[in-house]
Amino acid sequence: MALSRDQIAMRVAQEFKDGNYVNLGIGIPTLAANYVPKHIEVMLQSENGLLGMGPYPTEEQVDADMINAGKETVTASPGASIFNSAESFAMIRGGHVDFTVLGAFEVDVSGSIASWMIPNKLIKGMGGAMDLVAGAKNIIVTMTHADKHGNSKLLPACTLPLTGVNCITRIITDLAVLEVKDNAFYLRERAPGVSIEEIIEKTAGKLVVGAHTPEMVID
Amino acid sequence: MAGFDKVVTSYADAMHGLEENMTIIAGGFGLCGIPEGLIAEIKRMGTKGLTVVSNNCGVDGFGLGVLLEDKQIKKMVSSYVGENALFEKQLLNGELEVELTPQGTLAEKMRAGGAGIPAFYTATGFGTPVGEGKESRQFNGRDYILEEAITGDFAIIKAWKADRYGNCIYRHTAMNFNPMAATAGKITVVEVEEIVEPGELEPSQIHTPGIYVDRVIQGSFEKRIERLVTSKGA
Repeated sequence: MALSRDQIAMRVAQEFKDGNYVNLGIGIPTLAANYVPKHIEVMLQSENGLLGMGPYPTEEQVDADMINAGKETVTASPGASIFNSAESFAMIRGGHVDFTVLGAFEVDVSGSIASWMIPNKLIKGMGGAMDLVAGAKNIIVTMTHADKHGNSKLLPACTLPLTGVNCITRIITDLAVLEVKDNAFYLRERAPGVSIEEIIEKTAGKLVVGAHTPEMVID
Repeated sequence: MAGFDKVVTSYADAMHGLEENMTIIAGGFGLCGIPEGLIAEIKRMGTKGLTVVSNNCGVDGFGLGVLLEDKQIKKMVSSYVGENALFEKQLLNGELEVELTPQGTLAEKMRAGGAGIPAFYTATGFGTPVGEGKESRQFNGRDYILEEAITGDFAIIKAWKADRYGNCIYRHTAMNFNPMAATAGKITVVEVEEIVEPGELEPSQIHTPGIYVDRVIQGSFEKRIERLVTSKGA
């Protein structure tokens, strides 16, 4: 069975290590905050200028001056720091943030990503995504393996305008965990009950399948 | 005004000198940390042909969005403009121009502009539409593009507290772009929640030193929340 959005987020959270600073994009990446393993600590960076993002506020805690990069009201965790936008992107661009997790429309075998613009549709802007993919040490892309018409989103070459080039190393989809290297997608894990044939069929770019592909452990 | 006293008492004085076709750099992220009264004054003045540099363009009917109502903005320089139906309409009509700029590059353009640095190299945007037509260069085997600094005729800023000399502190994430924007205006105007006397703010806690600030005005703020999300609570 293909993973649900929450199950993708659960698998993403398994990537984090104790002491990591992590920036989570909007959508599935944000859900990963709910599944950080209990025995480790991660600190969430929000690019509008908050390191140590806490949970959503209670009604009493709501403060218009305290928002996240999605413009939602949030709280600051104990030990948080707040800073200006240039400082925020210095820590992103300078490689100080350990993980960035973000969604994408397309990823290709060279590790390029398209996530912000569909020509002839309304262009809303890239926000911080281009800086994040240019800066983080490890970037994880979360997305469905194929679009709703069954077209693969893992391509030989992206067709949409790019967010960044040669920057993606890991992809977690509803079907599989893949590594991107040497101009190919390497299949590392498959979703429980999903066949390798289905993954091959839905991966348009070059896919390398090893002798044994374990199932993801989602609990 | 005398000496270093930057306080003005009317919005007309605060925005005095704003003319058509000028560039305004505005602090704020979404509706958080925006100079509400200064924006209202620009709307009242009706100044047209403005280039506005700000991460976002407010929403319909609030924030910088109100300057679209009378078509005062000619061009926006922003990283994300997706919250605004009027913006979309004027963009599609060709009445409004937009220069989409990555958020970190936008912050650095303001910082560089205020710091006397005309341009800088960044990896952000290389190989994407943002990098098209820009100079690129390799450093240590990696590709970077040359991005130019931004300065404005005016910078409009929202701070929490300022003293009469223009020393400012910001509150929580309402800081965002405000400190860089404050350095990059020929005339920098700060609208604050509270004006205090020199000496009342702790010198080592100042976010924006008064040297960058030309005018300070006491504001009143609605502080509209763009996306109210709450947890269940205990």
